[in-house]
Amino acid sequence: MPKLITQVGCPYCGSSCDDIEVIVSDDNKKILEVHNACIIGTNLFMHANDPTRPKLPRMRQADGSMKEIAYPEAIDFMAKTMLAAKKPLIYGFGSTNCEGMAAVARIAEKSGAVLDNCATICHGPSFLAMFDNGYPSCTLGEAKNRADVVVFWGCNPMHAHPRHTSRYSIFPRGYFTSKGQMQRTILSVDPRQTDTAKLADIHLMLDQGHDYELFDAFRTVLKGYDIPDVVAGIKKETIVKAVDIMKKARFCMIFFGMGCTHTDGRNHNIDAAISLTRDLNNYTKCSIMAMRGHYNIAGPGQVWSWIFGFPYCIDLSKGTHAHMNPGETSSVDLAMRDEVDCFVNIGADAGAHFPIQAVQHLKKHPFITVDPNFNMASEIADLHIPVRIAGVDEPGVVYRMDNVPIQFKAVIDGLPGVPSDEELFDMVYERMCELTNTQPVWIAAKEDRKHPANISAVNEA
Amino acid sequence: MTKLNLNMITQRSVEEGAAMEKGKTNPDYFEACSIIEMNPEDMKKAGIWVNSNVRVTSECGTVVVKCIHATQYCPPGLAHIRQGVWANQVVPPRTQSTGTPQYSGFPVTVEPAFTEERKTALQLVQGAVGLWKKGGN
Amino acid sequence: MSEIKGEILIKGGFVIDPAQNIDGDIADIAIKDGKIVERVSNAAKVIDAKGKVVMAGGVDVHSHVAGPKVNVGRLIRPEDKLFKSGVAHAPTRMEMGFSVPSVLKTGYDYARMGYGFVMEAAMPPIHAPHVHEEIHDTPIIDEAALPVFGNNWFVMEYIQKGEIENTAAYIAWLLRATKGYGIKIVNPGGTAAWAWGMNCLDLEDKVPYFDVTPHQILTGLMQANEYLGLPHSIHVHQNDLGNPGNYPVTLASLKLAEGVKTKNKFGREQVMHSTHLQFHSYGGDSWATFCSKAKEVMDYVNKQKNITIDLGCVTLDETTTMTADGPFEHHLHALNHLKWANVDVEMETAAGVVPYIYSKDVVPNAIQWATGLELALYSKDPMRTFITTDHPNAGPFTRYPRVIKWLMNKKSREAVLASMKKSDKVIDATTIHTIDRELNLYEIAAMTRTGPAKCLGLSSYYGSLKPGMIADVAVYDLNYKDMPSDPEKIESAFLRAAAFVKSGEIVVRDGEVLSHGHKKTVWVNPKMKENPQVKRDVTESFTKGYYTVGLTNYPVREYLAPHPFVIDVDVEA
Repeated sequence: MPKLITQVGCPYCGSSCDDIEVIVSDDNKKILEVHNACIIGTNLFMHANDPTRPKLPRMRQADGSMKEIAYPEAIDFMAKTMLAAKKPLIYGFGSTNCEGMAAVARIAEKSGAVLDNCATICHGPSFLAMFDNGYPSCTLGEAKNRADVVVFWGCNPMHAHPRHTSRYSIFPRGYFTSKGQMQRTILSVDPRQTDTAKLADIHLMLDQGHDYELFDAFRTVLKGYDIPDVVAGIKKETIVKAVDIMKKARFCMIFFGMGCTHTDGRNHNIDAAISLTRDLNNYTKCSIMAMRGHYNIAGPGQVWSWIFGFPYCIDLSKGTHAHMNPGETSSVDLAMRDEVDCFVNIGADAGAHFPIQAVQHLKKHPFITVDPNFNMASEIADLHIPVRIAGVDEPGVVYRMDNVPIQFKAVIDGLPGVPSDEELFDMVYERMCELTNTQPVWIAAKEDRKHPANISAVNEA
Repeated sequence: MTKLNLNMITQRSVEEGAAMEKGKTNPDYFEACSIIEMNPEDMKKAGIWVNSNVRVTSECGTVVVKCIHATQYCPPGLAHIRQGVWANQVVPPRTQSTGTPQYSGFPVTVEPAFTEERKTALQLVQGAVGLWKKGGN
Repeated sequence: MSEIKGEILIKGGFVIDPAQNIDGDIADIAIKDGKIVERVSNAAKVIDAKGKVVMAGGVDVHSHVAGPKVNVGRLIRPEDKLFKSGVAHAPTRMEMGFSVPSVLKTGYDYARMGYGFVMEAAMPPIHAPHVHEEIHDTPIIDEAALPVFGNNWFVMEYIQKGEIENTAAYIAWLLRATKGYGIKIVNPGGTAAWAWGMNCLDLEDKVPYFDVTPHQILTGLMQANEYLGLPHSIHVHQNDLGNPGNYPVTLASLKLAEGVKTKNKFGREQVMHSTHLQFHSYGGDSWATFCSKAKEVMDYVNKQKNITIDLGCVTLDETTTMTADGPFEHHLHALNHLKWANVDVEMETAAGVVPYIYSKDVVPNAIQWATGLELALYSKDPMRTFITTDHPNAGPFTRYPRVIKWLMNKKSREAVLASMKKSDKVIDATTIHTIDRELNLYEIAAMTRTGPAKCLGLSSYYGSLKPGMIADVAVYDLNYKDMPSDPEKIESAFLRAAAFVKSGEIVVRDGEVLSHGHKKTVWVNPKMKENPQVKRDVTESFTKGYYTVGLTNYPVREYLAPHPFVIDVDVEA
């Protein structure tokens, strides 16, 4: 009998929807149907059925081809390569659970690596702005239950977070917003007329790259001062009207995305957005939230903050303490300056998503990819180690874009012999300790690890 | 034929996301991401036809992509390649000392390239690091 | 979990244990398999404590060490790490941060100070998995966490309708779901009002929409707590924190305990714990007339036996304030214009984080410093008065030894007072310079271990050296018969214990961490008949989508508290 599993978390975007229903085969091996998810989430779950999914690590041979090897050999190679490197770079974690992120921190510390995550090429500038200016935010339920004005600035959830607007921001009926969309005024700030902009009551189609000016104009108007007739390509009347709507809101919610962080100004755009939010709190209630891309990309920011005190760009090569200075210790900058001599890509695809020149620099040195699937990073790697898919065949804690932890379930059994991220990293860590003749530090968590049975199975393989 | 000077942004799309989750070597991913969107006026200026190939060149690279009808309206002067392998052939790695590359808002030239073929994702990425046709691909 | 085996003998120290009225007697403390015992064999490892003081492991009643707002504090403050972090050397891992230390530094530093148990003071229920993730990554110390209830929609609705039994049933459900310890109340009603940008500064201010007052919330939760018979009482952060002239609100809140009887099987005698009282003991009507009302507040506390307090001493450091009192943090940000983080939490609570620099040359800060110390010095019952800094709000917990120094040594207090730029103004607004009292080691032991353990209902496990207790034993390099004339030596002795045995394992020698210990997560499991009304209400809030997570994904899963120490409470209804 096929089984229905409800309240499943979706491991795709930062909305981290946990209302997915999945029908799986009687033997727990195959996903038959996916309900409630968007097209992307559905594809993700169904892709887990792919019979060609890698089951063994593959090592690149002298002739350029890849050859399957056993896990212990791969673990040994990864441990030795990272220890031999002066400054390995570990990057990724767009699709890893928090257990894996805590485990990788041990490896990073042991090998004196730089530890970085996808935020470095996405919301890194938002972190920089938070360091300077704080972050007045809320959980998504607050937006849903209270917000009567919602601003999408440089973000396009209809494409990047397909169910965001129906679960949290535009359409849903919340406690104090029982009329749903009817009760909300939507503003969109975007240089293109995106599918999100089409849903907005007012679309401010600004000149691309002029976000800072426009934020500044909003603040100026809010404080009662005059602005030029046109700012960033937007007419004064429109700006005044938009500010008036925000000011008169009962609860104003600002979502911002890559449109602000990927362009000129970077962190300064976000800094201005945070200041605008703060200013609005002198008149009404206003919150701001980064539209984090992946379902658990808020996770490394949380896990590494509690372990090292920094969310990303963490240089552990000093051995005694951690150091963070984005621009210096950030992945792409390190790559372009040839400062790292080993690259470990985990649960992400630097091959596809870094500017190609950065990839070329990284590829000069040993290149290891840990990922459940084939991707660009696996196809140029010296070693590709497959792991289970967090949220599909591996449970674990993830942090939604609003930093709410959600305990994801596994819906099918993992491929036999394939470890989780956490198990793999723990085995690499143990190997590193053997090689350096040191004692592993486990604190308490190790002794009751979730799947100790799988560990021994993998070791015997 | 004219070279157009445009301002390039590279952002997400649902087509890209849906195809990526099928796998980056899947034909859907190729079709979803090896494309450029721009304003029809700009296309006219440069003599670019819908569904024809164009060459996009930035300060740091060049790539051939197909010009499609914009799925989301682009004002004149702006061009969009969906985030992914093709976009990143031209994205400048400069970060303004923040760690984040210039994924959006960088100058490119766009010119018709009717006779040129788009490369596959593997061809581009493996080719960039000297592995294309070396492995079993 | 591997059991801790083996014998240890702590030999010849001056033993101080208020639970047994032992004050400086020379005695041996025997430990076997994690517990304190009458005697051990000759094979026991010996720690020579001759000429040193031996106490039970410290118990911290209130500290913000794990969870979402603590981590926001870490995340938004890279400057808190720069030049302020420790240097790792085997066997310890990297330890980062000063006012908001990383979880590793938190565990190590508490152990170095001889503390064995720490209460995380505010857990937003929906964020409970996060709190437990941080707790299980924190080495050595045993920890528990108090979920916040004072602005919870269910609580406010049941109390508005006068339904104490339903309130209690909801609390029981939530404690199990979050693996929480007891009832924390932060700015009752005020934080809920903050969701609309408002506040409740007075006990009779109505909470918008919910039509209930802070007064009713406090009373209702106090009744529910005793209905359940929980180990700990309600743990209250009162309204109007930090403002000049707030002490009448404080006294009015404390008076709500009058006539309320305890009902519990854990040896707890209070019905209300009033936390970081320093922030609530101010007179004046502006920052210009700001003054200490510690005497007035303590006069009341001293005679009202069914309340306990902790101090929340300002330590004059650059620190990071963080509290579920969202409106207060917004207000503080408007005063100091430093960065401001806020997290409003659906259905439940809120939190804010603002860095703060307490300067001895800023008059209100200096008055706050004096107020905290005055509270302790005016206390007639150290078993009801506990040393805290509301870490990290008034200062980091690593300053406890400094607070102890100030309390034990008048000379050191006067030195600080004299060094203040405007000491005359501080003297005008406080009474600290008139107090000659110097606390002794026995009183310090009551205020830092025996008292807090009793207040938390944990006196059968922590806070004493009686046989049968968990073997948390701290040895400090202080000679009971010949206390150092240099007050700095008091601080350094308490900062780096000569030895600390945690759960029967030597984890610290000469202030150096030797082991990552065997930490436990302590939580309370109220066993109560299922309440259909509450079950339906909770389920409905999820199915109607007022919560944005699924009900089955809400309760903390077992593996997140890998070493549980569960206290069962049989609720007699």
